[in-house]
Amino acid sequence: MDDTLVTSPLQISKRKRLNQRSKTIIYLVLGLTFLLLIAVAGTLLSHAAITTNFMQKNLLPSLQYPFGTDWLGRDMLARTLRGLSISIVIGLFASFISAMIAAILGTAAATLGKTVDEVITWLVDLVMGIPHLLLLILISFALGKGTFGVIVAVAISHWPALTRVIRAEILQLKETNYVKIAGKMGRGKLEIAVKHMVPHVFPQFLVGLILLFPHAILHEAALTFLGFGLPPEQPGIGIILSESMRYLSLGMWWLAVFPGLALLITVLLFDLAGGSLRKLIDPYSAQD
Amino acid sequence: MNTRLYSKFYKYVGQSFVKAILLLLAVSILSFTLVSLSPVDPIRSYVGEVGMANLNETNLAKLEAHFGLDTPPVERYWNWLTDFIQGDMGTSLIYRQPVADVISVKFMNSFLLMITAWTCSGIIGFILGTIAGLYRGRWIDKLIKGYSLLLASTPTFWLALIFLMVFSVELKIFPIGLSVPIGVAAAEVTVLDSLRHLILPALTLSAVGVANIALHTREKMIDVMEEDYVLFARARGESQLSIVKQHALRNIALPAMTLQFASLSEIFGGSILVEQVFSYPGLGQAAVSAGLDGDIPLLLGIAVISAALVFTGNLIANILYGVIDPRIRRGSVHG
Repeated sequence: MDDTLVTSPLQISKRKRLNQRSKTIIYLVLGLTFLLLIAVAGTLLSHAAITTNFMQKNLLPSLQYPFGTDWLGRDMLARTLRGLSISIVIGLFASFISAMIAAILGTAAATLGKTVDEVITWLVDLVMGIPHLLLLILISFALGKGTFGVIVAVAISHWPALTRVIRAEILQLKETNYVKIAGKMGRGKLEIAVKHMVPHVFPQFLVGLILLFPHAILHEAALTFLGFGLPPEQPGIGIILSESMRYLSLGMWWLAVFPGLALLITVLLFDLAGGSLRKLIDPYSAQD
Repeated sequence: MNTRLYSKFYKYVGQSFVKAILLLLAVSILSFTLVSLSPVDPIRSYVGEVGMANLNETNLAKLEAHFGLDTPPVERYWNWLTDFIQGDMGTSLIYRQPVADVISVKFMNSFLLMITAWTCSGIIGFILGTIAGLYRGRWIDKLIKGYSLLLASTPTFWLALIFLMVFSVELKIFPIGLSVPIGVAAAEVTVLDSLRHLILPALTLSAVGVANIALHTREKMIDVMEEDYVLFARARGESQLSIVKQHALRNIALPAMTLQFASLSEIFGGSILVEQVFSYPGLGQAAVSAGLDGDIPLLLGIAVISAALVFTGNLIANILYGVIDPRIRRGSVHG
């Protein structure tokens, strides 16, 4: 019997033009270029973003002002880029810190014995028990609101999920033969951790880091939108959107649509990049 | 024999319950510590800037005593906790009412919103996920997957703004804000009115909530459809419908349910944003005002209540898991 006889609908659909690897690379390159462009544009446009021009108030999107202008005649494109670059910087910083915390706690939970493990697992449950946005509000409140509060809140609250992943991964690793044998051969715990475990967990960590980033910027924007974050003179995306709310009933849709769309695209690119990277390192789906 | 098996299940339920209570206690400590750390001065937010300037020493001392600022933090926490357990959550500074009253009113509003969104997103998400997984790679799968990926990355508050613009400002189908019409006495508000104000926020929350559950169910469905028992069922000549009903749904329902109960925390987060955009007077909006205006008792109360909601969700999920899954009911796996 020939294998091809059992072609199910599932297999017919496998004619893909791009494989997982090239898709991942495309997403990553696109994402990084996007980041770089926005970061550069954001710094260049820091002045244009707050320059008012009362001759050109409330303009609809046009060639000269692709995103339109607001009620003070400020160029929305400049404001959006500037805002996005602020959000991205905070997001990068926050996801990096959170990923580091997750790496340390996850490793500690899996290697330092039962008590430490229980405490850390419990901590994860605890932090996950408070709705995330409310936790962000509490932390930013504890730090007296403002930019600093937002950055710290977003940075120190995103670790629980990744901690779970890393803990589970290392617990599994501890049971593998090569780690056991290395132990039997008298390698120190630290050496095993660095030489055998870190390289194995690193891809997971990287995916976790990339997937944390969109979360972090979404939360930063949400927190700023609610009024806890950046001062109004720093046009974060959250600020822009919360200001636009007052002009919605006047039909000024472009104030909200484009900045939000820009945020959406950033988040989507990194979600896709992270997701496809995860598929790539998972041997079960790497061949898809 | 049976009682022995079931006693294990009861023990499992009891353990989950005790764990939830302990976690709740820890949440209260954590929240209390966080709000105590805050540089926001409760007296200042109570009397305002002008009042602060006119406050003399004795009145200041009185107010400090009133807010318990002259007692050490641990004692303050203990006082707060014992009061809290007896149902006295303190007095809200912005509403000038007992926190318990404020929360109970807001909670009902929020609960209505969240339960609607939760149910809708759960059912629709599950159905979409099942269809997508079943027809993997076809156009309908691509459509559902694309929608879910897009919505999973969409800022909730932005979607709320867009809905507000499309449905309220442009089409004028729904009111712009508030859960009751403006200028109508509370007693005259009909059920229909409240429903109309509920639809748009609930729609936003559901649209976002669908994404997660649909993606998850889709993955599970794909896994299940590639199992040997499905292949065998097909070889036996079972129809596609019967395979889905008899084999697939039973296996994907459980994880989907757990996920849906675990998503309560996310729905709550989303409701904070949605309530803010639609000026829907719920817990989320109250939490934001409490945080912005330094209303510590209210913020604490909401933190504990929302955590209780999340833990209850997890607890129900655990128990349901036990009730539905025969393996756990007989206490063979999980602990």
